[in-house]
Amino acid sequence: MALHHITLTVNGEFEQVDVPSQMTLLQMLRDKLALTGTKNGCNAGECGACTVMVDGEAVNSCMVLAVECQGANVVTVEGLAKDGVLDPVQQAIINHGGVQCGFCTPGMLISARALLNRNPEPSEDDIRAALVGNLCRCTGYVRIIEAVQEAAKRQKALN
Amino acid sequence: MTPNQPATSVPHPIGDSVTRVDAKEKVIGAALFSDDLQFGPGLLYARIKRSPHPHALIKRIDTSKAQALPGVKAVVTGESFPGMTGLYLQDRHIFCRDRVRYVGDPVAGVAAVSEAIAEQAVELIEVEYEPLQGVFDPEFGATSEAPVLHPDLGKYKVQNFIFPKPGTNISNHFRIRKGDVDAAWSQCAAIVEHSYRIPHIQHVPIEPHVAVAKVDENGKVTLWGTSQSPFAQRNLIAIALGISQSDVEVIAPYVGGGFGCKAGVSMEALAVAVASKTKGKPVKLRLTREEEFYTAFVRQGMVAHFKMGCDAQGRLLAMQNRFYWDGGAYTEYGVNITRASGYSSSGPYDVPNVKTDSFCVYTNHPVGGPMRGFGMPEMHTGLEQCIDELALAIEMDPVQFRRINCVQGGDTLVTGMTMHPTGLSECLDKAAKAIDWGRKVAPSAPNKRRGKGIAAMWKAPAMSPNASSSAKVALNEDGTVTVSVGGQDIGQGSFTIAAQMAAAALGVPIDWVRVATPLDTNYSPYEWQTVASRLTWSMGNAVAAAARDARQQILELVAKAWNEKIEDLDIVDGNVISYKSEETISLKNIAIYGLPLPNDQGWIGGPVLGRGNFMPTYVTGLNAETGQGPRAVVHYTTGVQAVEVEVDLDTGKVQVLRGVGAFDVGKAINPEMVKAQMEGGFVQGMSTALFESLQLKEGVLQNPSFVDYRIATTSDVPMDIQSIIVEVPQDDGPWGARGVGEHSMVPTVAAIANAIYDAIGIRVGAPPYSAEKVYLAMVDAGLVKEMEG
Repeated sequence: MALHHITLTVNGEFEQVDVPSQMTLLQMLRDKLALTGTKNGCNAGECGACTVMVDGEAVNSCMVLAVECQGANVVTVEGLAKDGVLDPVQQAIINHGGVQCGFCTPGMLISARALLNRNPEPSEDDIRAALVGNLCRCTGYVRIIEAVQEAAKRQKALN
Repeated sequence: MTPNQPATSVPHPIGDSVTRVDAKEKVIGAALFSDDLQFGPGLLYARIKRSPHPHALIKRIDTSKAQALPGVKAVVTGESFPGMTGLYLQDRHIFCRDRVRYVGDPVAGVAAVSEAIAEQAVELIEVEYEPLQGVFDPEFGATSEAPVLHPDLGKYKVQNFIFPKPGTNISNHFRIRKGDVDAAWSQCAAIVEHSYRIPHIQHVPIEPHVAVAKVDENGKVTLWGTSQSPFAQRNLIAIALGISQSDVEVIAPYVGGGFGCKAGVSMEALAVAVASKTKGKPVKLRLTREEEFYTAFVRQGMVAHFKMGCDAQGRLLAMQNRFYWDGGAYTEYGVNITRASGYSSSGPYDVPNVKTDSFCVYTNHPVGGPMRGFGMPEMHTGLEQCIDELALAIEMDPVQFRRINCVQGGDTLVTGMTMHPTGLSECLDKAAKAIDWGRKVAPSAPNKRRGKGIAAMWKAPAMSPNASSSAKVALNEDGTVTVSVGGQDIGQGSFTIAAQMAAAALGVPIDWVRVATPLDTNYSPYEWQTVASRLTWSMGNAVAAAARDARQQILELVAKAWNEKIEDLDIVDGNVISYKSEETISLKNIAIYGLPLPNDQGWIGGPVLGRGNFMPTYVTGLNAETGQGPRAVVHYTTGVQAVEVEVDLDTGKVQVLRGVGAFDVGKAINPEMVKAQMEGGFVQGMSTALFESLQLKEGVLQNPSFVDYRIATTSDVPMDIQSIIVEVPQDDGPWGARGVGEHSMVPTVAAIANAIYDAIGIRVGAPPYSAEKVYLAMVDAGLVKEMEG
C-alpha cells in the first residue's frame, strides 16, 4: 500500500504525516494525529459530525482524502479556543444550553465558525442554511441557532 | 434537610439553571466517547456476518476460507455460545444457531488486524440457508395461520409480569378489564372508532454503537462501549456466558445520544463473544451507519384499533383498545413496551370502563426495543386523534373535552391504582393559552391553510418494579466533592443534576462538585439502567441520600470535636458553622484528616464517604386476566403540547410554525435543562410526525441512510417553541422532582395531526405526514385537484 508523505497545518501546528492513498482526512485526524474531537457519525458525508475547516471552508472530513490536504490549513474543534479562551461560538453554545450529548457539537461549532468568518452578520436563514448539514438529535436546533446569533453579536462587539 | 421539603424552602442550587458540568469539555472536543478511546497497536477489529434472509434455517456454515485469510485472528459462530440473553424475556442467542429471523441477524463474527481484512473475511464465510415463510405484519403474526418464529417460546426464561403464549407468535398478551365496556356503549351519545398504523422508526443517535471487548486468560471480561446500561450489560452478558457478574467490567464513557437504543444488550455481546477467542487482545466492533439503521434496536411498528365513547356532556364512558406491536425477531425488551401501553391505555383520562388487549408479536422485522417514550408516542398518536374526533362528534371544543376528562389526583386508573396529585389540567390551560387557542390566524399565503392542534399525554417509568439506584459522595482533601453514580449522561444532563443535588444536600458550592467519569461497573455504584426518565427521580434520591449521609458524618464529627449538639450545626457554602457558638470551619480542613481533640488528646474522624440508595418498594403485580392491582407504576408525568401549522395546498408540505409544551415535572431541578428536554423532544416528535419511517419490504430495509431516512434539520424547526414548567411535587421525588426526558415527544405527532385536521379537515392516517402523503390525501378528499401533465 503506497504511503504519501504530506505536510500541512492543523490548528496552527505544522504536521508531517504518512498516509495511505485511501485514508480520509477524518481518519488521519483521528488515527494519525489523535485529534478525536472530530467525530465519525456516518462516514458518508450525510451527518456533519466530522466537519472541519480546510482553508477556511467547512467540509465533511470523511469525504476528503488526506492526500488532498497537502499544504492545507486545517482547523478542527480542538483549534477553536485560543490560549484557553473559548471562541465566541463555543461560549455562546454553552450559554444557550445548545449542548446535550455533545456528539454533533464539534461539527456544529466548525460550521458556525466558518459561517461567521465569511459572513459576520448572518440572518437567521443564513444560519439555518450554514448548519443544515449538521444533524443533531438532542437539542432541536433552536438553542444552537440562537447561540450563533449571540456569537455574531459578541464578535461584532469585540471587533 | 430532607429532599422532600416543600418548594418554598429548596436549598441552593436546586431550581437554578446552572451550566452543564460537561459543557466545556464537550465544546473543546476533549470529552471522550467510546470511539475516541485508544487501545494501542494490539487492537483487533471485528465485523459481523449477517443474514440476508428475513427467516430461514441455517443448514451449514463454512468458515474455513475466512480462517485462512492472513490477518484474521478469530472467527466465531453461534456453536460456541449456547447461552441466551434478553432483558425481560430471554429469547436471543448472541449469534444465531439454527435459524435467522431478520435481515441482519448475526450469524458469525470475525476479528482481524484491520477492519478491511475483517470485512473481507466476512465475505469469505459461506452460509447455506433454507428460506422460510416470513411474518411481516403483526396482526397476521398473531393469527394461527402465521408460521411460528420461536417454537421454543415456552422454554424461554421470562419475568413474572410478562405473559407469552407458547405455540404462537405472541410473546406477551397484556389485558385490562376495568368496569363493563359492553354495557357502556349503549349509554354513549357518540362513539368513535379508528385504526392507526404506526411505522417503525430509528433512534439515530449521531454517535453509532461502538463496543470494545477484552477477555483475559482467566475469563475476566472488560467491555468499553456506548452504553445507557453498564450494569444491565454486565448482568446479561454474565448470564449469557455463564460467568459471574463480578468477572465482567463495563466501562462507559460519554454517550453521543441514546434515546433507548443503547439500553439493554445488543451488539455489545457480539464484541465480547468474538474477543473470547482472542484472549488478552481487545476487539473493537463499530456499527456502520447502515447497520445502525436495521441491526440496532428500532422503535417497533404498531397497529392500533381504538373505540371510545362519551355521553352528551362529553364525559368519557368507555374505551376499547387492541394494540398489535410489531416486536420484530426478538422481543426481549419489546414485551414490556406492550405491557406499558396496556397499563396506560386510557391515555391521561378518567375512564370508568376500559378493555384493552395489547399483544407483542414476533415478526421477521428488525428487533424492536426501547425508544424515547416507550410505546407512549405510538399509542398517543392514535388515541389523541380519537379524542379530538369524539369532541367534534358532540360539538365540544377539544380543550374543553380534555379539561372535563383529564386525570386528576384521586382518580381510579385503568389498573385500579389511585392517581397521585398531578398538574395535567394546569398544563392544558397553560398550553392552550400560550398557543392562543380558539383564535384563528390568517394563513401567510392564499395557497396555504393554517390550523392549531393540541394533545395531552401521560407516561410512567416502565421498568422492573424494584429497579434501583445507588450513589457515593466522597470528600477530597480540599473539601471538594466527588459524586459517583451508575446512571449515564446521554445528553439529558443527569451528571449536572447529580452535582446540583449533592451540592444542595451537602451544603457546598456547585463548583466544588465533580461527577466521576467514565462509568465503570467496578467503581461506580449500581444503577439499573439509564432509561424510563427515571434518573432525576431515582438516582437523584440516591445522590441526595448519599450527600445527606456524608453531611451527617461531618456534623457528628464536628459536634464531638466542639462539644456541641448536631442540631446547632449546619454546613453552608462549604463551611461547618455553629449557630450557637458561632464557630466556623472549612470542610477542606476536615474531610480527609479529621479533627484534633482538645488538649492534644489525639484525633477523630477520617475520610468522609457518604452512601445512598433508592429502590421503590411499593409497586405490585397486576392480575394476568384483568390487569388490576393496587399499584401498577411508581408515578405518571403528565403534559400537553400544542402546535400551529400551515399546510401548502400546492405541495402538501406541512410547516410547523410554533409549538408549546407544558409538563408537570414535579420540581425542575435545573429549569433551563428541563426546557431543553421539552424542546429537543418536541423537535424529535415533529421529525417523526413529518419525515420518519423505516421502509421495510418483505423484511428488507429500503432506506438505511440519512439521505433516504430524513430527520429534522435546521431548515425544519420553528424558532418559537415555548416550554412551560408545571410543578406539582412528587411525594417520593428528590425535592419533589420526577422525570421529563421522554415525555416531550409523546403527544407531538397527535398534536400535529390534529392541527393538520384543523387546517384542511382531513385525517391523513398513518404518520409520517410527508408532503406527498398529505398532498394525495387532499386530492382524495377533493380539496385540491391533481396537477395535470
